[in-house]
Amino acid sequence: MKLRIYAIAYLIFLYAPIALLPVFAFNDATIIAFPLSGFTTDWFGELLTNKSLHTAVGNSLFIAIMTAILSTLLGICAARAGAMYRFPVKAGIMGFIMLPLVLPEIIVAVSLLIVVVQIFGWGLSNWTIIAAHVLICTPFCIAILNGAFQNLDPSMEEAAMDLGESRFGAFRTVTLPLVMPGIISSMLIAFTISLDEFIIAFFLSGVSPTMPVYIWGLLRFPASLPVVMALGTILVALSIILLTIAEILRRRGMARAGVAEKGGFL
Amino acid sequence: MWRRLTATEGGRGLLMVSPPFFYALLLMAVPLGAIVLFSFWTQDFMALDTTFTLDNYREVSEKPIYRALLERSLYVSACVTAVTVILAFPVAYFVSFHVRPERKSLWLFLITIPFWTSYLIRVFLWKVILGYNGVINTGLINVGLIDEPLTFILYNVNAVIITLAHAFAPFAILPIFVALEKIDRSLLEASQDLGESKVMTFFRVTLPLAMPGVVAAVLIVFIPTIGDYVTPELMGGAGGKLIANMIQTQFLALNNAPLGAALAVVAMVCVTVIALVFVLLNRRWLKGRS
Repeated sequence: MKLRIYAIAYLIFLYAPIALLPVFAFNDATIIAFPLSGFTTDWFGELLTNKSLHTAVGNSLFIAIMTAILSTLLGICAARAGAMYRFPVKAGIMGFIMLPLVLPEIIVAVSLLIVVVQIFGWGLSNWTIIAAHVLICTPFCIAILNGAFQNLDPSMEEAAMDLGESRFGAFRTVTLPLVMPGIISSMLIAFTISLDEFIIAFFLSGVSPTMPVYIWGLLRFPASLPVVMALGTILVALSIILLTIAEILRRRGMARAGVAEKGGFL
Repeated sequence: MWRRLTATEGGRGLLMVSPPFFYALLLMAVPLGAIVLFSFWTQDFMALDTTFTLDNYREVSEKPIYRALLERSLYVSACVTAVTVILAFPVAYFVSFHVRPERKSLWLFLITIPFWTSYLIRVFLWKVILGYNGVINTGLINVGLIDEPLTFILYNVNAVIITLAHAFAPFAILPIFVALEKIDRSLLEASQDLGESKVMTFFRVTLPLAMPGVVAAVLIVFIPTIGDYVTPELMGGAGGKLIANMIQTQFLALNNAPLGAALAVVAMVCVTVIALVFVLLNRRWLKGRS
């Protein structure tokens, strides 16, 4: 009982900052502090007219979509290899692929910055951010896809091949439908991570910033803070919707693969 | 060649794993190598001087500011790790032992949601909570507990620790939860049947068995926190800047990539050595018990 109270208090601690977002997004004052002064939807209106914000959101959406697709493709390869094959130095290779999970983001950012700018002399663009985001998202995709690929019976594909399907055909017609919920769930998670990522994007963005980099710029100007609160409210609502869909699909995928629910994304 | 590779299970497995493996090799291992290489070079205004030298490391070890920043960073990372893991353990324990199985994933989902939502804005909101006219100060003044706003909770190291502990909470809960889930419940019953109290059962059975999860939680919090520069920038004030802020400044503001690279290498080596020592000590502790 005491533990339950503690756990609920802990949840309140986790949600406290997010709960404040809508409070200030609808507050009719330019200063983000108590006491509140009145209700307004002006800050949301300002979001609609801000051109540079729209460009930043466009960049972020492009990066997030490409990252979701590419990291999920890499994740499928790794999860399938991990779940269905035995091969030399398997544990070492899988551990190496999962390593970006614990690598500090600033290290990923500066090391890629050195390679791209100083060694190759290329310019920075949305693609440099995509390359880095795919690196950090792939381990998360693998963690989710493992749930879908585990306990998938390899003999089902073999049966399809015995009946005349090619190796890829067997994968497409037998395995793919079974792991599809996991794939979509993995894409949604990668999309959410990429859309929100700041540290790497700050180092690697070219002339036109991503949305978090743009928000970072706004945080320096007290007058623009209520707009940031409004934007944040929309983002939080959007990520909660995406994550809920991802979670439902992930569970459906686990159920299709016949794995008992263990819970959690990681 | 292709035929030989696809003929065996091992070959097919290697082929399948090669795209993510080469991606990680090219975009992680090679750039990490480049950082190390760069740290032995020097920046000469706009041009790079590629003669091998230890000058950057000499500068890092001699200038007191780098040493101070590194020590403070390690201290903050250690505090964040301790706070996060200690606060997270009871939650993981509660979800694993006291929540009905069909409700567990709902709890985990609720715990992970805040972690995926707008990191920058979340950090900024801690400023709103801890600030001079913030939630805590106005709340405490209205209740009548204090007359003057508290100032020791913003723009210093404490604020950085609170904010980071909040940001990394799910990272600590999930590995501990997974380890607790794996514990065979009959072992706990056996311990109590043999006369141990509930508290002693926890310390002699549950905790040692949960240790792999705790170690994973420590590593997954301790290592990445060293690389965060957003929280110290927004919450730390003048006295709360960390090594990551200095790395960022060297790369982006001062255009001294080699010195920044040396700082990054030193920070990574420190963190890795501390993490390894921690893992070894923990192994020895677990061995000493059995």
